[in-house]
Amino acid sequence: MWLLKEKIKEMSGCGIAGIINVKGELIPGDLIIKSICCQYERGNGLGAGFAAYGIYPEHKDYYALHVMAQDKSALEKVEEILAHKTFVNYKEPIPTKKVKTIKNAPLFKRYFVKPKFDEEYQMVCGEDEEDNYIVSLVMDINEKVEGAYVISSGKNMGVFKGVGFPDEIAEFFRIDEYKAFIWTAHNRFPTNTPGWWGGAHPFTILDWSIVHNGEISSYGTNKRYLELFGYKCTLLTDTEVVAYLLDLLIRRHGLPLQLACKALAPPFWMEIDEMEEEERDLYTAIRVVYGSAVLNGPFAILFAYNGGLVGLNDRVKLRPLVCAKKGDFYYMASEEAAIRSICPDPEKVWAPKAGEPVIVELEKGVIPNQRSYLEGRPKEVEEDALRIKCQYIPLQSS
Amino acid sequence: MASPQFSSFYPDFLVQRIWERCIKCKRCVKECSYGVHVWDEKKKTLLADDSKCVGCHRCEAMCPTKALVIRRHPSDFREHALWTPWHIKNIYKQADQGGVLLTSTGCAQPYKNYFDHLVLDACQVTNPPIDPLREPMELRTFIGPKPESLEIEKVNGKFRLKKRLPPLIQLEVPIMFAAMSYGAISLHVHQGLARAARDLGTLYNTGEGGLHASLYEYGSNTIVQCASGRFGLHVDYLNAGVAIEIKIGQGAKPGIGGHLPGEKVTEEISKTRMIPVGSDAISPAPHHDIYSIEDLRGLIFALKEATEYKKLVFVKIAAVHNVAAIASGIVRAGADAVVIDGLRGGTGAAPTMFRDYIGIPIELAISAVDKRLREEGIRHRASIIASGGIRNSADVVKAIALGADAVYIGTAALIAVGCTMCQRCYTGKCPWGIATNNPELIKRLPPDVAYEKIYNLVKGWALEIKEMLGAMGINSIESLKGNRDKLRAVGLTEKEMEILEVKHAGE
Repeated sequence: MWLLKEKIKEMSGCGIAGIINVKGELIPGDLIIKSICCQYERGNGLGAGFAAYGIYPEHKDYYALHVMAQDKSALEKVEEILAHKTFVNYKEPIPTKKVKTIKNAPLFKRYFVKPKFDEEYQMVCGEDEEDNYIVSLVMDINEKVEGAYVISSGKNMGVFKGVGFPDEIAEFFRIDEYKAFIWTAHNRFPTNTPGWWGGAHPFTILDWSIVHNGEISSYGTNKRYLELFGYKCTLLTDTEVVAYLLDLLIRRHGLPLQLACKALAPPFWMEIDEMEEEERDLYTAIRVVYGSAVLNGPFAILFAYNGGLVGLNDRVKLRPLVCAKKGDFYYMASEEAAIRSICPDPEKVWAPKAGEPVIVELEKGVIPNQRSYLEGRPKEVEEDALRIKCQYIPLQSS
Repeated sequence: MASPQFSSFYPDFLVQRIWERCIKCKRCVKECSYGVHVWDEKKKTLLADDSKCVGCHRCEAMCPTKALVIRRHPSDFREHALWTPWHIKNIYKQADQGGVLLTSTGCAQPYKNYFDHLVLDACQVTNPPIDPLREPMELRTFIGPKPESLEIEKVNGKFRLKKRLPPLIQLEVPIMFAAMSYGAISLHVHQGLARAARDLGTLYNTGEGGLHASLYEYGSNTIVQCASGRFGLHVDYLNAGVAIEIKIGQGAKPGIGGHLPGEKVTEEISKTRMIPVGSDAISPAPHHDIYSIEDLRGLIFALKEATEYKKLVFVKIAAVHNVAAIASGIVRAGADAVVIDGLRGGTGAAPTMFRDYIGIPIELAISAVDKRLREEGIRHRASIIASGGIRNSADVVKAIALGADAVYIGTAALIAVGCTMCQRCYTGKCPWGIATNNPELIKRLPPDVAYEKIYNLVKGWALEIKEMLGAMGINSIESLKGNRDKLRAVGLTEKEMEILEVKHAGE
C-alpha cells in the first residue's frame, strides 16, 4: 500500500539532472532518461520523477493540472471542486504503461483549466490574479481532499513522478513519448520512509518545478515564514518549501531572479562587508528582509519555469552540481558523468561556486506564454497590516 | 522590655572558622560589609555574628589561609512540607518589623523551567554538521522594523535598492545586556558593560538611572531607558544611545516601579539621576502619562520626535498573563522592538512576593507573542527581545528557536563579575563591589576586571552558539529563528507543547 500522507518531514539524498535548449527546440525524453539513469546509485528505488516544459502546445493557454489520487472517490472530489472553481477545457487520464516492478500505483489524470472567478461567469482579469487563483486552488485541494494531490499546475508543462527507480517511472509514464524544451529529472534516496508517490520530485507550484538534492536544515523557519504569506506546507518535504519561496520572492515580490537566488543562498557577511556601498546596502537589505527565506543546509537544486532553467547550490556547497554547455544546449546534473552520457563533448564544463546561481533563459519569444525573471517586476500591492482591523487568523500549528 | 527579634534567632548561615589555619590577620573583618566578623581587642580573637551573614562568601574567598567556610546553618526546624524554614523566617521578619519582604535577583521558586524541558537537534548522516572552526558561522542580527519585501531598481545595468531600509541596529551577537541602572550597580560595572558591549558588537542598557558623563563615548552601544521615574532624563541623554527603551514593567516586579534606596544615592548618582543626595528614588508604578495604549503611542512618538526619528524605540514589559495581546498593542503603537521580561527576570530590589509569584515564564511568553504577531501579520514590524532567566548559551539558542530575535542577560553578566547570588543587592552593601556605590566597596571590582569577565562570558557563549548552529547544520542565526524543528520537548504536557509549538522527543 502506498501512502499519501505521512507524519514526519522527509529526509533524502538524491541525484538530479536538467537540460534546456535556449532556442526552444524540443528535446526527446530519451535524453533525460539516459542522464538520470546514469546516476542510478544516487537513488534507492523509492522515488523518481520528471518535469517537462512545452509538452502541451495544443492546450498552451490552460493551466495543466496533473492530479494524483489514491482512488476514484478522491478523484471525484477533486473533479467536483474543479467543476465549481474552474472551466475545464479538456481532461484525460495520463497515459501510463504497466511496469512489473511498480505496484499499487495511484490514479493519474490531467485537466486543462482556466479559473472561474464567479460561479456564474468569468471575470476579465490579469495573469497575476489568475496565477494567484490557481495557487490557492492547488493549496486548497492538497490540504482538503484526502488522498488526492495536484502534482503540477503550470501552463504547457507537466510533472510525472512516483515510487520507483527512474527507468521504471520513465517507462510507467512513457516519458520517451514526450518532447520538451526544458527537462528536469530526479532520482531519490529517502532515508526514513518506504517512499510515497507524493513525496517524489519534482515539486511544483504553477509552472515552477524543483528537483532537489539536499536537506533544508532551516525548514522550520522557512515553513513559518511561508505561512505568513498564505502558503501551506502539506507535502512535508523540504522541496515544497523551495517551490513556494521561489513563487513568493520572484512572482509575488518581484525580485529579479539573480537576487532571489541570493536571498535563498546569501553571501556571507564578511563578503558583504567588503562590497561597495550601494551593493552592500542591497545585500544587507536582502539578508535583513529575507533572513527567514534563507535555505540553510546542504542542497543542490534545479528549478525550471516557462522560460528558463536555474541551478543553485547552498552557500557552502555541501552537495554536488555540475554544468555544461554545447551549442544551444545547457546541461546540469549532480555528476559530470550524467552530462557526458548524453553529451560526450561539451564546449564547457564547470562546477558552479557555492551560492552562485547558474541562470539559463530561453531566447526571447521562442515559446508561448514565455516568462522571464531576469529583470524583476513591480511588487504585488498588499495592504498594510497595521492599517487593517485587528484580524485574528489562527495559523496552523506545527 | 524590648520585644524579642525572632528573626535574629535563626541565622541562615553558619560562619565556620578553622582555627588551626586562622592567622588572625583580620582580613575577614575588613572584607565583610555586613559586620559579621569583629575583632575582640581584649581577648585578641575574632568573633562572628552569624545572624548578620548573607552568604555572599566574600570572607571565605578572600581569606589568605582559607580558614573560613560559610555553610547553610545546620540548625533545623522540625520537618513540615508546607511550613518550610523559608516561610517561617519570613513570618518572623514581618512580625518583627511589619514591613514588605524585600529581596533581589530573580524568582527563586522552583517553577518548571521550560528551557530545561527542551532539547536541541543535531545533524547525523543525511545532512552534514558544519564546523565553525573551518567555515563561517554568522550570528549577526538586526533589531528593528523591517519591510515585508524589497523594491529593487536597475540603474546602469546594476540592481540597487529603490528605497533604503529604515534605521536598524546591528548586533554581532544576539545577546545584549539588560537594563541595570547606575545606582543599582556600580559605575565600574557600567563601564565594564559598556566596553564589553562595544568590543562584542552589542548593546548595553543604562536602566533608569541616567547616563554617567564618562559613558557618553559608548553611545553607539547604548540603549537609554525611559522609565516611570524619568530619572536622569534629558534630550542629550535620549540622543546619547542608539535606542530608547520605555520601561513599562520588569519581570521581577510586574506592576510596580523601581526603588533605589536613599543609602545608594551618593553625590555622583545624585548628579546623574538629577535628584538630591540620600533621597529615595522611587519610580511610580505606572507612567503617569501612560494610562492606556494610545498614551504609549504618544510617548513613543514624542521620543521619536525628540530624537528626529534616528533612534529606535523599544518597549519593555513584564511577561504577564495577556502578554501576547499587550505585545501586539505595543507593536501597533509603533514600537520598534518589544522586550519581554519573564518571571525569572532579575532586579536589584523587589518585594519578595512580586519576585516569586507574579508573571509567567519567558519561554511560554516568547512563543505566545511570536505567534500572535505572526497571526496578525505584524511580526516584521518589530523585533522580540527576550529576557529573564537566561543562564547559558543553550538557553539563548532555545529562546531564538522559540521566536526571539535576541536576548538580554542581566544576572548572568553580574555572576560573571563575581556575584554569588546572595540576593541582598537592595542593601547597597555588596561586598563584591557590584551592587553598591560605597566608594570603598566599588574599588573591589575595577572597570577593567568587569570588562574582561563580561567580555569573556559572551565570547564563550558566542562560540558555543556557533558550535550548536553548526551541529544543527545551519551557518547563520536567522535560520534558527522560530525554527521549532530544532526543538523537542522532554516531559511536557500536550498543552505546554501546544503553546510552545514543539513536538515531543521521539516524534
